[in-house]
Amino acid sequence: MKRGLGAAERMWRASPLTFFTLIGGLLLSIFPLYYMIVVATRNNDSVNKIPPPMIPGGELGSNVDRLLANESANFMTGLINSAVVATGVTISVVFFSSLAGFAFAKLRFKGRNGFMLAILVTMMVPAQLGLVPLYQMMFEWGLHNTLWSVMLPFLVSGFGVFMMRQYASQAVPDELIEAARVDGCGTFRIYWSVVLPALRPAVAVLGLFTFMDQWNSFLWPQIALGDPENPTVQLSLQRLSQGYYNDYAQVFAGTTLSVLPLLVIFILFGRQIIGGIMEGAVKA
Amino acid sequence: MRRLSRLDIKYSPYLYIAPFFIVFGIFGLWPLIYTLIMSMYDWDLGSKLNEATFVGFDNFARFLGDDDFWNAVLNTVMMFLLSTVPQLLLALVLANALNKKIRARTFFRMGVLVPNITSVAAVSIVFTQLYSRDFGLINWILGLVGIGPIEWQAQAWTSWIAVATMVDWRWIGYNALIYLAAMQSIPKDVYESASIDGASQSRQFWTLTVPMLRPTIIFTVIISTIGGLQLYGEPLLFAGGGNPLLGGSDRQFQTVTMFLMEQFYMDFELGQAATVAWLLFLLILIFSVINFFFTSRLQNDRPAKRKKVASR
Repeated sequence: MKRGLGAAERMWRASPLTFFTLIGGLLLSIFPLYYMIVVATRNNDSVNKIPPPMIPGGELGSNVDRLLANESANFMTGLINSAVVATGVTISVVFFSSLAGFAFAKLRFKGRNGFMLAILVTMMVPAQLGLVPLYQMMFEWGLHNTLWSVMLPFLVSGFGVFMMRQYASQAVPDELIEAARVDGCGTFRIYWSVVLPALRPAVAVLGLFTFMDQWNSFLWPQIALGDPENPTVQLSLQRLSQGYYNDYAQVFAGTTLSVLPLLVIFILFGRQIIGGIMEGAVKA
Repeated sequence: MRRLSRLDIKYSPYLYIAPFFIVFGIFGLWPLIYTLIMSMYDWDLGSKLNEATFVGFDNFARFLGDDDFWNAVLNTVMMFLLSTVPQLLLALVLANALNKKIRARTFFRMGVLVPNITSVAAVSIVFTQLYSRDFGLINWILGLVGIGPIEWQAQAWTSWIAVATMVDWRWIGYNALIYLAAMQSIPKDVYESASIDGASQSRQFWTLTVPMLRPTIIFTVIISTIGGLQLYGEPLLFAGGGNPLLGGSDRQFQTVTMFLMEQFYMDFELGQAATVAWLLFLLILIFSVINFFFTSRLQNDRPAKRKKVASR
């Protein structure tokens, strides 16, 4: 028995192979981003050299100046538009998901299971399927080339409702809701002052995921915003990479600035994001 | 007052779930039905339903006999296979390493997840430069061992590999964390008895850990199938200037979604684009079913293998 336990203990001990795998994985994960920063901080001539540069330089400022002056990319507009879209969609998704999740987890009504099943079915439909008619709708309503057309289809999320329902059913005790009812709280008041505060960890995770998804979204904005004057940041990047393909320093300054907001969020909330992915995996 | 609160209790649940169904109905369900209608019309960009000509299933028949469409299907499936298989295998290996007793756990987990928060556009732009023929880092390294220089965009195989590495880079860490979560829920005594039986570590990994992860593996395979077959941004940006939607001079890396967008953006044929959308959906459905049966058939091996270990 003792020998067996020892062997099992050994199982969890890190071997040289473990470190090789981890360090290798870490370096490969970080290197492309590091290289992006190197190129973004060098002048363009040093990029077109063999061997390629490996150490950051001091040219970031002038690269960013060229980037912001680039009229075909509209990079600043792109940054602002992406911030507006990602923030707007995040607030909407978090609000409507927590409201519906609360209803599904804690309120009794006819057809509750049927409605929940319907939401789960909607999660199976790939977004690509509806893109063409969506464009046609936005065109007919005169919304194409506006940020509304980018945001409207994503204001609710089946995944969000499901996640909030799962969380609310375990995080909010029924007694708490009963007590609030006895005190004369209306249902919305209960949601706002009892349920929403209890849902805070799940709200944070859903909000982070939604914001990152929207910030990085590419295909639908490309269809919805045909006008190059009014891009999201990802569309700016695409135009940059196609128009000035030889000025890598400028293009990489653009990709670096576009990644930066998410990198900051990731450094601040990485633990929650990892927790969200891992908890979701166990439930699935 | 009491009447009001009865109304509140009875009807507010419907009020709270209504926004989802209203928004999904307008922007999710209706476009789905509309896609089917559009796919049966010869419908030009900028015109309305009453200006389009009904053509029945002509659009479907046209694409099923179209070499360019089947070429896009081949490219998509090949890039999907080339990216998904190594991606999930490497994720398993990485998860196994992350599951050991190590210092700075959170640091390593965050490190391998960083690629996943980088946008498709940024990843594709950076990798496309790394793969550039004359001054790309990858050709430089290959040159040191006497290979190349390779023009990655020029051939089907090389471009498939290049695009697959972009997908892999972005998703290996994410899948590793999902596997790690599942590994941590495996009871430790399973390993103790296997160790007593003298099973080696790598044997335990393949005959105990991997079979126990099968439900999670099925989940990741299905998710990767749905995402992988919709591949678009990476090959589009890899193509660079010119007509990127064509995916290279001979369409050597045009995916089905790029083909869809070609109908839409270059030919202005909305009816045909809608048809390709349906064909893509069918492709995803077929592959999801195949993969589901493939991975769950493997699941049936589980009790047999476990018995083998136990009986040693």
